[in-house]
Amino acid sequence: MAQHDQFTHTNPDIDVHAMGEVHEHPTWKQYKWVALVLTIITILEVWAYYIPSFVAMRQVFVPTLLLMSAVKFAIVVLFYMHLKYDHKIFKSLFTGPLIIAMSTIVALLFLFHKFSGK
Amino acid sequence: MSTAVASHAHPATSTGLDHRKIAIWAFIGSECMLFASLISTYLIYKGRSVNGPFPHEACDPPLCATHLNPILNIPVTSVSTFVLLMSSLAMVLALAAVENRGKPGYEGILGSSKFWLLMTAILGTTFLGFQAYEFTSFVHEGLTIRTNLFGSSFFTLTGFHGAHVTAGVLWLLTLLAIDIKRGLQPKDALLVDISALYWHFVDVVWIAIFTLVYLIK
Repeated sequence: MAQHDQFTHTNPDIDVHAMGEVHEHPTWKQYKWVALVLTIITILEVWAYYIPSFVAMRQVFVPTLLLMSAVKFAIVVLFYMHLKYDHKIFKSLFTGPLIIAMSTIVALLFLFHKFSGK
Repeated sequence: MSTAVASHAHPATSTGLDHRKIAIWAFIGSECMLFASLISTYLIYKGRSVNGPFPHEACDPPLCATHLNPILNIPVTSVSTFVLLMSSLAMVLALAAVENRGKPGYEGILGSSKFWLLMTAILGTTFLGFQAYEFTSFVHEGLTIRTNLFGSSFFTLTGFHGAHVTAGVLWLLTLLAIDIKRGLQPKDALLVDISALYWHFVDVVWIAIFTLVYLIK
């Protein structure tokens, strides 16, 4: 108990509320930077939407937007949802269904010929 | 270590982890699959509507009775996306305020969980206001859930998301009421953490919807 108290009281960014879990959380300054990065990526996404020549290059436009969206998704999950610092069981509970979900989307799009342009 | 934490408030578990946190992650996992089915449906139907209004293209006679402009309002939705992203920042600050109550560096506004919970709820409600405005303007421009495939899949997908945001706002207001009544303490951080995980999940779903529905033409 003393060891636990010493550990949690000396480090202000330690979290013990997930039972058996002790992990660091980002500081509010890191949260602020994360918010700034998310805002910048969102601005870039919208900016890209309004460049007709870029939109016309669908082979580049669509993957670029998907990549920016994936980066935003990952940043929120890793930092705001603390998955980067969390137990592997929580990581598995999220990434497992996420992989199934994304595979389902891709499989259905293939099934309905969305990639072949039919 | 785990004995020390177990004496905190929770019964011992076989994994050493709190069941409530495992439950919320399992729930979020199942929600991923729910939204994957809705997003798939939208993408499959995308571009297959035989009559307007269309999301990114104008519709002219004879396809449509009159000229119809592209229906999506990207500037408005971009602002509402920013609002939802900022609500996630407010939510993590609410959690940090509860976890670090009384610690150095968490005095004033930064340590006020009431302020950050209220801010998150206000920003979530603002997002819902934008969505209500969008839905209303679409209906006035002739797009309802029965108009075409785009309308059906769009209103279903964004409507489900809006319902999730509404549930999240109610959850936040409940936490705020508890905080006002007795004050949330570090031992209550798990309650805030679970609601924060739900709120951030609603945010990441919107990140996907914003790109797939609004930005990709």
